[in-house]
Amino acid sequence: MSHTARQVLAAGAMTPEGHIAALRFGLGPRPDSPPPGAPRAWLLAQIEAPAEVVDPPLDWEQDPTAADALAINLLDRRNQVPPGQRPRGAVLYDAEIRSYLGRLLTTTMPFRERLVGFWANHLSVSARDSGVLPLVGDYLRTAIRPHVFGPFGTLLKAAIRHPAMLTYLNQDSSVGPDSTLGRRSRRGLNENLGRELLELHTLSPAAGYTQADVTEFARLLTGLTVERIRDPRGTIFRPDSHQPGEKTIMGKVFPPGEASIDASLDWLAIHPATHRHLALKLARHFVADAPPPAVVDRLAGVLHDTGGDLGAVARELVALPEAWSTPLSKLRSPHDLVVAALRAMGAGPEMAQLAGSAEFALGQQIWFPVAPNGWPDVAAAWIHPEGMLLRLDRMHAVSGRFMRRDAKEALELTLGPLASDATREAVLRAGSNREALTLLLGSPEFQRR
Amino acid sequence: MKRHLPAVGRRGFLLGLSAGAMLGSSRVAFGAGPEGDSRFVVVLLRGALDGLSAVQPYGDPAMAELRGPLALPQPGEEGGLLDLGGFFGLHPRLAKLHAMFTANQAIALHAVCGPTRSRSHFIAQDMLEIGAEERLASGWLNRALAGLPGHEEGANRAAFAIGTDLPLIMRGAEPVGMYAPSRPDRPAPDLYAKLMEINHADPLTGPAIEEGLRARGFTAGVVPPAEQRGGFVELAAAAGRLMTAPGGPRVAALEISGWDTHSGQNGRLRGVLGQLDDGLDALREHLGAAWARTAVLVLTEFGRTARVNGNAGTDHGTGSAAFLLGGAVAGGQVVADWPGLGAGRLYENRDLMPTLDLRSVTKALLRGHLGLSPSAVDAAFPGSGAIGEKTGLLRA
Repeated sequence: MSHTARQVLAAGAMTPEGHIAALRFGLGPRPDSPPPGAPRAWLLAQIEAPAEVVDPPLDWEQDPTAADALAINLLDRRNQVPPGQRPRGAVLYDAEIRSYLGRLLTTTMPFRERLVGFWANHLSVSARDSGVLPLVGDYLRTAIRPHVFGPFGTLLKAAIRHPAMLTYLNQDSSVGPDSTLGRRSRRGLNENLGRELLELHTLSPAAGYTQADVTEFARLLTGLTVERIRDPRGTIFRPDSHQPGEKTIMGKVFPPGEASIDASLDWLAIHPATHRHLALKLARHFVADAPPPAVVDRLAGVLHDTGGDLGAVARELVALPEAWSTPLSKLRSPHDLVVAALRAMGAGPEMAQLAGSAEFALGQQIWFPVAPNGWPDVAAAWIHPEGMLLRLDRMHAVSGRFMRRDAKEALELTLGPLASDATREAVLRAGSNREALTLLLGSPEFQRR
Repeated sequence: MKRHLPAVGRRGFLLGLSAGAMLGSSRVAFGAGPEGDSRFVVVLLRGALDGLSAVQPYGDPAMAELRGPLALPQPGEEGGLLDLGGFFGLHPRLAKLHAMFTANQAIALHAVCGPTRSRSHFIAQDMLEIGAEERLASGWLNRALAGLPGHEEGANRAAFAIGTDLPLIMRGAEPVGMYAPSRPDRPAPDLYAKLMEINHADPLTGPAIEEGLRARGFTAGVVPPAEQRGGFVELAAAAGRLMTAPGGPRVAALEISGWDTHSGQNGRLRGVLGQLDDGLDALREHLGAAWARTAVLVLTEFGRTARVNGNAGTDHGTGSAAFLLGGAVAGGQVVADWPGLGAGRLYENRDLMPTLDLRSVTKALLRGHLGLSPSAVDAAFPGSGAIGEKTGLLRA
C-alpha cells in the first residue's frame, strides 16, 4: 500500500463514514482507492467530474457502436458459424463484459459506477435474447452512462429508443393493426414494451392505469423499430407501421405521429407516480430494503422540484442522514459481493473473467437478468441456504487466488471500524493467511453494504 | 425468523457431517414423517403458460379463427393433438403426460386463474405464491407446512425447494431445505465451522448457513454426482430421489421458466413443453413406489391472449391451464367449467375467461391429500372463505 493510502486509511479509521462512503455508495475499497478522508466531498466530486477515459473493448480500436453490433448480428445469422469458431456477436459480448467488469474492479469513481449499474438495472435489458446480446455493451455506454446525472426523461428516451431495448421488449416487431403495413401483412400489436414501460420504467402499477392504457400506449409506440438490414442500421421510425389516430393514456391525448413518442416519454418521466416509483427504488438501494417513508418523500420531492434531475437526487442521497447509519443493513447482491471482494484483494482488470464466472455461479450472471424487472434489490431475494454456502465457497476461491494478500491490512481497508469484535478476532487469530481472508470475505459485515 | 441451535449442538453437527455420517445426521436434521406419508410437489411455470396451446379446446368452434397459426392439427392427424376425451387435446410434446392421463394418473384443469387479475408477471406470480389477493410476507406452501399433521414446531424440514433460488411460495416462518447442484473448491469443515461462528448471531446469514450445511449433508448422500447439474429434468429427478430417501422431505417446489411466448410461440413452446414433460416423467420414475401417494400440481401465473398477436405469439392474458398428476389423484379427466371462446365469452374481449380459482384446487389438496385441518387450510389461504374446496380431484 502506498504511503498516502496508509495515511488516509488511518484518518478514516477514526470515523466509519469513510468506509460507509466506500461500501454503501461505492463498490468497496481498493488498496489504491481507500475509504476517503472527506467522504461527502469525495462522493459529490464524482457527480461533477468528467467521465473516466477507458480503452475500447479487446480487439477494437474504437468503441463498437450499435450499428456495428447489428451488422455483426446480421453476419452471424446469414453465414453459418464455422466449426470451432464462436459467433462474432458472442465474441464482442465477451469483450464488452470483460471491459465493463474490469472497469468496475479498478475504477476510482465507484459511486458513479454504482449509479450506472442502478439505472441499467432499472431500465433492464437481458442478453438472454440473442438479438440483444451484442448490443448490451453499447446500451450501457451510450444509453445509460452519459445520462445518470441528467434529467430522467433524457435517460428514459435514450434507453427506450436504443435497439437493445426495442429488441428485448419486442417493440421491433409491433405493428399498428390499422397502419399501411398492418393492413397489408396481418401483423399486429405487441404490447410488451408498452406494458413494461408503464409498470417498471415509469409509473408503476400504483398509478392505477388500466389494460386500455397499456394497449393505447402500445399503439402510440408503433413505428418505433430497428433497421437491421440496410445502412444506417439502428433505431428508426417507420410511418407505414404507425397506428393512425389519437391515443389516450390515462386521460392524456396524444396526436398520431413520431413526435408523440418523445412527448409521451417526457410526460411519463415527470409524472408524480414515476417520481415516487424512482424515489422508492433509490431509497431501497441506498438506505434499506424497506426504507422509511420520509426518505422516499424527500427523494420524490427533489425529483419533483427539479423536473426529475438525477444529479440533484444523487446529491440528496449523499445528504440523507439515513444513508449513513450503521450497522449497514443492505445485503450485497452476488455481483456486489464479487466486485467488492476482488477490489479488496487489489485485483487488476484481468480478473474480470474470474468475476464473471463467480457471479454466474452465485446466480447473478452479468447482463443476464431473468426478467424485465432486472435483478432484485432486497436481501430476501438473495439470502437462502444453498446460495449463502455458495457465497462462502466462492469467497474461499477468491482467497485462494490472493493467498499473499495481507489479511489484517485487508480487514482495515475493507471494514475498519465496521468490523465486529467476533470478525476481527477470527481474522486475526486464523490458522493461516488464506483462512483469515476467507473469514474476512465470509463475515456477516462483508455481506453488507 | 428461525431459532438458532445452541452452539455446542451446532459444532457437533458440523463435525458429524465432515465425518461422512450423512444420512445418520440428516435424519435428525430433517426428521420427516413416517414411511407411507403422502408427498406433494408444486411445479411453478414462470412466465405465463399459454393454456390454450398446452391443452387445446379443439372442439370449440371459435378456436381456429382466434388462434390462426397457433391451432395445432386435430388428434389423429400428423403432428396432431393427443386427445383428452373428445373436446380438449394435449400438446403433442406432452406425450409422457398424456400416457399418465391415459393411465388415470393425470388431470388437466382448464380456465383456471390465480388470486389476481393482474397481467403483470411479477404481481401475478407473487400473488399466486402468496395465495391471497393482498401482499403477505410468506407463501401459502410455507404456511401450509405449519399445519401438517404430526408437525412439531422446529422439529423437521418437511419441505425442500429445488433450484438455486428460494421461491416466495416456500418463504416464511417454517424452515425449508434447499437443494442446488454442487460446486467444487470448498472450505474445509473446520473453516465452515468458524464461518458459522462469526455469522451465528446474524439474523440473515446465520440461519442461512446453518440450514445450508444441513441440506448439503443430506443431499450429498442421496443425489448421485451425475445428476447434480441443474437442468429441469435433473432437478426433477433429484427431487424424486430426495423425497423417497429415509428422512427425506415430503413437500417440494420446483420451477421452470421460458413460457413468455410473445413471438414465434409454436417453436418456443415445443422445447420448453418437452423439458416439462421429461421432468415430470423423471419425477414419477424416481418417486418409485411413493408415486402412488403423490400429488403434483403444475401451475402458472396467468394465461395468454386468446387471439394470436402480430408476431405469431400471444400477450399476457388471464385464464390458463394447470395439471394435477400422481397416483393419488383421480386422473383421466379434464376438469373445466368451460366458458367458451366465442363472441362475448372472452374476458375483457381478449382472454380466456377464468372459471376456477386455483385456490379451490390447492385447498382441496391440503385437506384431502396432506390431511390439514380446516383451520390450517384457512391459515394457508387467509381471506379465501368464499372459495370452496374443489371435489373429485383425489382418489377415494
